[in-house]
Amino acid sequence: MLELKDINVYYGAIHALKGINLSVEEGQIVSLIGANGAGKTTTLRTISGLLRSKTGGITFFDEPLHKKNAEYIVCKGISHCPEGRRIFANMTVSENLEMGAFTRKDKKEIAATLKMVYEHFPRLKERISQMAGTLSGGEQQMLAMGRALMSRPKLLLLDEPSMGLAPILVKEIFNIIKEIHDMGTTVLLVEQNARMALSISDYAYVLETGTISLQGEARTLAESEDVKKAYLGG
Amino acid sequence: MGDNLFLQFVQQLINGISLGSIYALIALGYTMVYGIMKLINFAHGDVYMVGAYVGFFAATTANLPFFPSIILAMLATGLGGVIIERLAYKPLRHHPKIAILTTAIGVSLFLEYTTMLLLTPQPRTFPPLLPNAIYHIGGLIISFQQIVILAVSVILMILLTYVVNHTKMGKAMRAVSYDPDAAQLMGINVDKTISFTFFVGSSLAGAAGVLVGIYYNSIEPLMGIMPGMKAFIAAVLGGIGIIPGAMAGGLILGVVEALISGFISSTFRDAAAFAILIIILLIKPTGLFGKNEHEKV
Repeated sequence: MLELKDINVYYGAIHALKGINLSVEEGQIVSLIGANGAGKTTTLRTISGLLRSKTGGITFFDEPLHKKNAEYIVCKGISHCPEGRRIFANMTVSENLEMGAFTRKDKKEIAATLKMVYEHFPRLKERISQMAGTLSGGEQQMLAMGRALMSRPKLLLLDEPSMGLAPILVKEIFNIIKEIHDMGTTVLLVEQNARMALSISDYAYVLETGTISLQGEARTLAESEDVKKAYLGG
Repeated sequence: MGDNLFLQFVQQLINGISLGSIYALIALGYTMVYGIMKLINFAHGDVYMVGAYVGFFAATTANLPFFPSIILAMLATGLGGVIIERLAYKPLRHHPKIAILTTAIGVSLFLEYTTMLLLTPQPRTFPPLLPNAIYHIGGLIISFQQIVILAVSVILMILLTYVVNHTKMGKAMRAVSYDPDAAQLMGINVDKTISFTFFVGSSLAGAAGVLVGIYYNSIEPLMGIMPGMKAFIAAVLGGIGIIPGAMAGGLILGVVEALISGFISSTFRDAAAFAILIIILLIKPTGLFGKNEHEKV
């Protein structure tokens, strides 16, 4: 469904992504693992139209997206839950979720999605009118994911959903990712927690200083000696 | 004697509130634009001047009464604000802040001296759009114009508060001003949201221009400089970027100025305003309503 071909992204003189090729099939969970600064976040930001590639192209269901703006890409069904959550701390939980549905018009359908989000994240429902900035870290992550789901994406881009969370919450978040996937949403997951990411993924890419160094079935990668040494702690 | 002093105090309070509500209207535009673009729009005071001139021509050339004149002035300045942003500021959005700030000063001078060129620097007498009635209530003097100024300002501020808190566009404004990147990921069009902010902020300044034209019944091309600076002070006083802060800052500044003119001397009025700016920057630079910035996790 999503195809990246020869993506080259620069920050000024810094060549951040060096000819990335990547594809995501419908119904999969694909993860993108790698060290800090390898270009994982840059890849996601390029897909969602916040950054531009100098060369190559991005297609989504065969439609070229690399010249479109972020608004169009959201409408087409790609939703990006950014690194560091980036919730609107000055707005309430329900206003944050409302912003997630910004591109949608049908009030009834939005209400149905909202109900679905509250089913996945019952803790958010208890805090509907609380300011988002006062939520705990785990709740903020749930809000960020719920907000991303409000546009009813076909493809959900998740950037470091487990960052800074206690192990028990990490488990909960990964369970929710599986739930979301089981409902028919394709997921492209960026994670530092390679072990967790590989355990729920179908396919994975390993990114190293802007290039893809390894790719394959998640199960195979988890067994590979190189990956074990570099990302799974032996 | 004590009674007299008290009466004078209340009288200055009334004068101050009507002057302050005008500062508040202008300050709102400063604060909204700052909130969304982190830009002090130094041309904002001149947008207010343009509003006064549009109101003037609406009332004289087109012979329109008060409400159509003020609405026309608001539409014209709102549109003007959008055009200024598109032509002058948007191309510089991703450049260093100093470039856009300098451009704002350029736009300010452009508006002032183009108006002079086209309409002469001569002050013009603003037509009496409102009856000149004066009411004496228990020793206090209140003019009909003061009542209208206050009423129009309050209505506009209530409308603005509603728009910002309860409409989709208003919420988009808050989202963009908090985190433009995250807002884009929601599918919010940042360009449109910034245009909308300029429209609303500039139209409030346009309304203030007409109200001041009526109050002082004289307008001229440089009339925006001083009120523009005062409104900027009001916005900083309340906490730049914070909408209720601009409203409160405007009222406080207006009242302080009126009390200083009434009890000390009107020559100290401007000095008092700038003293407030210095004091607030020394003591609480984030303004009365401002919270200290804390690290986002």
